[in-house]
Amino acid sequence: MNDVILETHDLTKHYGGVFALEAADFTLQKGEHVAVMGDNGAGKSTFVRQITGVEQPTRGKIIFDQQEVSFDGPLAAREAGIETVFQTLALADDLDVPDNLFLGREMLKLKLGPFSILDYKGMRDATLRGLEKTGVKIPNIKNTIRNMSGGQRQCVAIARTATFHSKLTIMDEPTAALGVQETAQVENIIRTLKENGEPLILVSHNMRQVFDLVDRIVVFRRGRIVANLKKEETDGQDVVAYITGAKTDPAYELKEDD
Amino acid sequence: MADSKHGIGGLKYDTSKRHWPNEANVFIALILIVLVFEGLGLFTQGNSFLFDSKGRFDSIFNEQRLKIIILQVSIVGIIAIGVTQVIILGGIDLSSGSIVGATAMIAMSFAQVAEVNGSPNPKAIFLEQGWVDLPLIIPLIIGLFCGIIAGGINGLLIAYTRIPPFIATLGMMVTGRGVAKWWSKGRPISFPTEDFTLIGNGFGGWMPVVIFISLAILFFLILKFTVYGKHTYAIGSNEEAARMSGIDVNRHKVLVYTIAGILAALAALVLSSKNLTAQSGMGVMYELDAIAMTVIGGVSLSGGRGSIFGTVLGSLIFGVIISGFTFLRLDAYYQEMVKGIIIVGAVVLDQWRQRRVASRA
Ligand SMILES: Nc1ncnc2c1ncn2[C@@H]1O[C@H](COP(=O)(O)OP(=O)(O)OP(=O)(O)O)[C@@H](O)[C@H]1O
Ligand SMILES: [Mg+2]
Repeated sequence: MNDVILETHDLTKHYGGVFALEAADFTLQKGEHVAVMGDNGAGKSTFVRQITGVEQPTRGKIIFDQQEVSFDGPLAAREAGIETVFQTLALADDLDVPDNLFLGREMLKLKLGPFSILDYKGMRDATLRGLEKTGVKIPNIKNTIRNMSGGQRQCVAIARTATFHSKLTIMDEPTAALGVQETAQVENIIRTLKENGEPLILVSHNMRQVFDLVDRIVVFRRGRIVANLKKEETDGQDVVAYITGAKTDPAYELKEDD
Repeated sequence: MADSKHGIGGLKYDTSKRHWPNEANVFIALILIVLVFEGLGLFTQGNSFLFDSKGRFDSIFNEQRLKIIILQVSIVGIIAIGVTQVIILGGIDLSSGSIVGATAMIAMSFAQVAEVNGSPNPKAIFLEQGWVDLPLIIPLIIGLFCGIIAGGINGLLIAYTRIPPFIATLGMMVTGRGVAKWWSKGRPISFPTEDFTLIGNGFGGWMPVVIFISLAILFFLILKFTVYGKHTYAIGSNEEAARMSGIDVNRHKVLVYTIAGILAALAALVLSSKNLTAQSGMGVMYELDAIAMTVIGGVSLSGGRGSIFGTVLGSLIFGVIISGFTFLRLDAYYQEMVKGIIIVGAVVLDQWRQRRVASRA
């Protein structure tokens, strides 16, 4: 029981009439890597946004690190130890790499409320260490995000999560825009997390990647979890059947009164 | 600790390889415009724009003309410092001119002397209450408070009701002017205390410039080196990302608009003090002049880019153009037309630059 890092009960999100996420019961063990799969619009990113405090769920419970939590914002989730690469990346285009890595949690030289003085050198050094740790190569960290390629932007977003020590990492389609080499790099970062025993939720459409990297696959369909599959007990075809709705895990069959 | 030339792990960190700053372009534009006026002056009037026409060596520069430019520019420049921050944030502020009018009226009525030439001051509306000959700090605090209220309301409306900044500050523009007229009831207020006149006339008449430059330096440093500045740029370049990074976007917006309000109020104090009078029509169109200085200075109307230094250069260009037109004896309505063209031109230039950057990525 004490090995659980994240648990959700009946986690639900409605946007007006859109039932984007419906009664999600989800569990993640410490050190476990889980893939979240499902078609476009299945509710994967919505699920991520509820856990990370970006949005407030319509109902349901989130238990993180043995405590029921209700993050009032992304910063609260981050302070509790959840680092996230959002699908939208959440980078500020006109700022450079260190600025983006430390956005919202800047290193300070002098604390003066909103007018606190930034420690540029400290952030630059930490950025270089973080990039080195993740093996991410960026030609010049003084470049603004605006002047970077899609892949480089994604690398910056991933380096941001890897620079900070966390209890749980969530990546929403981290390799969506990446070339072969960059994808391999990101997958290496994920393997390093695994070796260090750091748990991960990986949202991905890439079947090969999922089978290469994770221990378990959770499938979403139309806002509901429809399958929870151990990697050893399933294969690509099986997963596709769940994603498209050809199959539904008996444990997740719709109850009549729903 | 780290070798900053190559950084840790051989990653490149090259300080010399920086982008050609936009401010450099603005500076070149400033020089070109001055040269154009100099040339036009020599051709059409046989008279120099910059230099003293009598060719005296003790005053090479035409000090009188420069002083007029600089004083004109400084007061609107104080407003432009606030407007720059609002625009970097991705917003706009149309209310500054009206805040100037209302603040000037209200503050001036608390800065009145008791007697003028031995008889009771006819302009002191609080004579009966005995609120005359008050220490400088009273009108000063009341004036800045006006700015906090007006700017704060702008910020709260924009942050929490999601009204577009254009509409919210347009409302404040109309309301603020209404307050100024209601307070004045058609009468201008003159006869300020001697201390109050110093705000606009100290330092041998250069006080507005001293205040403008000090504030420009202060806010240049704040935008560059503090969390406040970083978050202002972050929100302007991607508000959603800023929110997801945990920045309290709403609170920050209120703060920025409030600071813009305070700066407009300060401009009102300087202006009414310099003119020794306040009237309800003070500051009309100043918001547009301030926005013009800002965009000419290379601050992007789409937010996230620009600096106070650019705005200072923009204010110089603005001043040079206005005084250049006067120098060439062109009518005032040409000035209005050219102002409009310059604003649109600067925005077109910015859009064009942006598209070029986007297509390179
Ligand atoms: N802010 C919102 N307002 C209204 N509807 C929304 C909102 N965000 C998401 N939705 C809807 O919720 C559903 C789930 O969206 P979500 O982004 O979670 O899908 P996803 O599984 O991440 O898809 P993708 O693979 O394309 O990223 C979609 O039907 C989407 O249109
Ligand atoms: Mg998604």
